[in-house]
Amino acid sequence: MKTIRIGSGAGYSGDRIEPAVELAEKGDIRYLVFECLAERTIAIAQGAKLKDPTQGYDPLLAERMLAVLRPCHEKGIRIVTNMGAANPAAAAAKTRDIARSLGLEGLKIAAVSGDDVLETLKSGEHRIEETGEPVSAMAGKLVSANAYLGAAPIVEALKAGADIVITGRVADPALFLAPQIFEFGWSMEDWDRLGKGTLVGHLLECAGQITGGYFADPGVKDVAGLARLGFPIAEVGEDGSAVITKVAGSGGAVTAATCKEQLLYEIHDPAAYFTPDVVADFSQVRFTREGPDRVRVAGATGRPRPATLKVSVGYRDSFIGEGQISYAGPGALARGRLALEIVRERLALTGVEATELRFDLIGVDSIHGSALSTAGGQEPYEVRVRVVGRTGSLKEAQRIGNEVETLYTNGPASGGGATKSAKDVVAMLSALLPRELAKPAIEFMEA
Amino acid sequence: MKLRDIAHSRTGDKGDISNISVIAFDEADYPLIEAHVTAERVKALFHEVVHGEVVRYAIPSIGALNFVMRQALGGGVTRSLALDAHGKCLASALLDLEVPDRAV
Repeated sequence: MKTIRIGSGAGYSGDRIEPAVELAEKGDIRYLVFECLAERTIAIAQGAKLKDPTQGYDPLLAERMLAVLRPCHEKGIRIVTNMGAANPAAAAAKTRDIARSLGLEGLKIAAVSGDDVLETLKSGEHRIEETGEPVSAMAGKLVSANAYLGAAPIVEALKAGADIVITGRVADPALFLAPQIFEFGWSMEDWDRLGKGTLVGHLLECAGQITGGYFADPGVKDVAGLARLGFPIAEVGEDGSAVITKVAGSGGAVTAATCKEQLLYEIHDPAAYFTPDVVADFSQVRFTREGPDRVRVAGATGRPRPATLKVSVGYRDSFIGEGQISYAGPGALARGRLALEIVRERLALTGVEATELRFDLIGVDSIHGSALSTAGGQEPYEVRVRVVGRTGSLKEAQRIGNEVETLYTNGPASGGGATKSAKDVVAMLSALLPRELAKPAIEFMEA
Repeated sequence: MKLRDIAHSRTGDKGDISNISVIAFDEADYPLIEAHVTAERVKALFHEVVHGEVVRYAIPSIGALNFVMRQALGGGVTRSLALDAHGKCLASALLDLEVPDRAV
């Protein structure tokens, strides 16, 4: 039976780069996939593209391509990535230039676009999923709307001989599913195999999170070698069977337990994982250890894909202002609490207009709230005051941090290390769009 | 004993929804976890943080439960005021839950 090895070179935009180089050089892989787009990334990249039409793609694209293009070219490894963000064509052009600068010839690069559906969404009668509000009512605040495309345009680019496929918004697992569909000639309506291939994509899309990253809990769940964590490889067969592994000698571990945690990561109903290509069913999945750092995965299936595509909608939401200051030593907790009281009173006294405020003591109750945080009962040696609020303008947001900073000379004794910030917030909502309204397009370039 | 003695866990986020897995180290402990880690207990534990419904999904093939909690991330990861906007630390709080010792 034909099998291929697919490597996962990044779990998020800022991820480590050398594990991807290690995969290219020693992983015996045929595909290297980089998943780099968080929910909000495209909305922010859209702003960069508006300022400069050659920008709007992943800020680490150049560094990643410089690191992996040569080993990938030498070993015939194809690259699939969503690092195109808001501007796949500019990302492809940049990649072409890097390939030329490295003296690599004959590389075919494909840019997949068509995920930008902002105009379509504005003109039709569509609603925001979370609020039920018509999209048109938010028109003035909208900054981006990108449909989650499926595997089809990537498969088409691979069929046309692309060595590197760069997309914008595509469902994360589709980046991994596409090479499987292309290599094995799966039908786009083979729901069982598409479900299996989607599971492989889901398991790999966060890179190190399945090889022992985000897993260690000393004394309970120990993992060796996290400073040089190896990124995962899936060995997939044309029947949809798969083994998860990693480069021999790299750090971390692939075990049934690391696979189980990643299986349920960001999953709601495990029997209905919606993607543009298939509604995958992970509810009967099993993991079996086959050897050191080798785990076989089986039992996924799928049902026909949904008629709609999920659209990620970016909009200008609000402004957030924040200030922090630390107290330490005897009485730190009481001084921290006094500081919070003072800031609370100052914000009211000076009429800072905030629609939402939070008063946290980092080290005491900032993560899980006061009810869950009192369990230990011991007073901390040091605390950090954090006051944060939502406002309607940047100027108003700045006043919050200022009221924390002035604790230096006006607040409790021995406060130190004050910091403040104010920022505008582009937030995300979602909408559903009939799938025929998103029209993927592919542009090819050669180095 | 604590849930942490027999299970491990990871939190995921999408919009204003947080999901927490609870996975038995030894699949033999799964029935105990299934019996004692209910959606109601999880909802009660996180009453300060989670303002919507909590739904539990069972995945017996891997000895795991998955809790999906709505209105759990301060209005959504991209606009939350919380220090841990993604709610990634929630899994550790859940593992502190008391469960009865195994029957001898």
